[in-house]
This record gives sequence, structure tokens and C-alpha cells, in this order.
Amino acid sequence: MSHDHDHDDHHHDNELDPMAARVRALETILTQKGLIDPAAIDVIVDTYETKVGPRNGASVVAKAWTDPEFADWLKRDATAAIASLGFTGRQGEHMQAVFNTTDQHNMVVCTLCSCYPWSVLGLPPVWYKSPPYRSRAVIDPRGVLAEFGVTLPSETKIRVWDSTAELRYLVVPMRPAGTEGWSEEDLADLVTRDSMIGTGLAKEAP
Amino acid sequence: MSRHEKGRPLPPGIDEPVFSEPWQAEAFALTVALHEKGLFSWREWAETLSAEVKAPGVAEDGSDYYDCWLRALEKLLAAKGVAPQHDVDQLAAAWQRAAHATPHGKPILLENDPQRTR
Repeated sequence: MSHDHDHDDHHHDNELDPMAARVRALETILTQKGLIDPAAIDVIVDTYETKVGPRNGASVVAKAWTDPEFADWLKRDATAAIASLGFTGRQGEHMQAVFNTTDQHNMVVCTLCSCYPWSVLGLPPVWYKSPPYRSRAVIDPRGVLAEFGVTLPSETKIRVWDSTAELRYLVVPMRPAGTEGWSEEDLADLVTRDSMIGTGLAKEAP
Repeated sequence: MSRHEKGRPLPPGIDEPVFSEPWQAEAFALTVALHEKGLFSWREWAETLSAEVKAPGVAEDGSDYYDCWLRALEKLLAAKGVAPQHDVDQLAAAWQRAAHATPHGKPILLENDPQRTR
């Protein structure tokens, strides 16, 4: 090849690292057996990289803050209330919404592995999947919250909810003071991912 | 639980990308697709993944999470007789040879494996 662009002096051969090669091997076998369609795999990747994320959950929370009927529905049957906004789980899991109050702060963990409400929060952050969070959230939730910069009044109880493959939790944080009359859209901007896992609070109104 | 366990630091809470390498996204998507195909229940998946993420030697910072994920997927597919480990080993080696034999900038195809037999 004499007319190569000289954008790279080294011209390495391609290399696949061992993990990438193993995934390709699985894809080859599964495609040959007709168990997967490579185009469908690309769609799933695109969905989770770009379309599903905590903004979904933020819109659920903002609606619950402004619409008491919706909040009541969310409390009774979160799976259906959330699905009504177009967010449905792919694993047939049930959702439960847990509402923070001045008496009780809720925090979510998965001690089993990394079960997480994908449909409303996207995929979990690295710390959620880490062994220290999975063990310490249960043993010492107040200490974990402190590391996230959250200090709650001592009279506020902390309840930790352990997710499973079948049941995932969405924390509904308390509505920040001074947001009366705000639109759902503006309120949603105050709802952070961590506030819906319970390791944070909603942002304060500016 | 030891007191020591209390002091294990959490990884930094930065907003990292969902996947740090493309193969992680592919391994994730394969699992979702195979579950939708009915090859396993999500409970089976969660239990298999749990065994991997709780194995000795996993990273405290969660950085090897998708390594665990891929090992779990391989084990589940081997147990189901869908993809025996030996077949995956052989094909993975073939993919690596094919990659090495493919000129830079060209798509890597399994056909490029110099040891490929027809």
C-alpha cells in the first residue's frame, strides 16, 4: 500500500483485546444459532447510551410533585403510573416509588448485584455497582450519605431498600422549598439522578 | 461485619460514560436480547451475575463490573449448552488472529483468520 494517508506513523495491525474477542465469539455463535440479530443488538446499545436516562425519572418525580392524583397513583401502583408516561421495564420488573418525608429518607441499594430501575434512571453509576456501596449502604447509610455530602437531621430515619431482579425502587425526593407554581419542566431540572437513588437531595431553587 | 469494612471508600461519584469500551455495551445488549428471547429469566441472570460480582478479587471501585458481566453471561450460556466454553475459547482466538491479520482501517472479519479452515 503506497498511497496510505500518513496520519499514523506506526500502522499497527488491528488488535482485539481478550474481552472484546470473547464478545465477538459469543456474537458469532449466537448469530449462527439464530438467537440474536446483530442489528437488534445495535438498537439496544443505542437506546441505553443515548435514550434512557435519569431525565425519565425526573419527569416522573416532577409530575408527582405537581399532580396529587398522579402522586397517589405512583404510591399505589408505581409500575402502572410510570408506564403511563411511556417508561416500561424490559425485564418485566415491578416498580415501587418510595417518598421522602421529613420523618423518613429513603435510599436504594442492590446487595445481590446491581438491580436498578433502568427504565427511569438508565444504567447505574459505577459507585452503585461497587462492593463498598453494596455493603456499606446497609451497614452505615448515614456514613454513606455523608460521603455524598448529605447530612440529614438526626430525627430523620433512613430506610434502605434492597432491590431485586423483580422489584426496583425509585426514590421521590422532597420538593424543594420556594418552587410553588413552577412548571413540571422546570421542576424536573432540580431532580438529580442521585436524589432518585437516595444518595442526594433535589437541587435547591436558585 | 468487620469494623474495617465501614471504612472502604466509595469510588468517586463522577458522571462517567455508561460504557467505557464498546465490548461492554455489546455484552450488555446481548444479555438483554437473549433474555427477551426467553433464554433465561432475569432472576437467573441476576443470580449468576451476583456470584461473579461477589467473587474474591473483584475491584473495590467497580471498574471490572463488565468483566464480571461477561463471565456471568459466558457461564450461563455454557450451562444452557448454547455456547460451550471450548467453542468460545476457539472462536475468540480465531477473532484475535483475524484482527491481527487485518490491515489497519479495514473491517475485521472472521474470514481474515489465517488459520481458518473451510
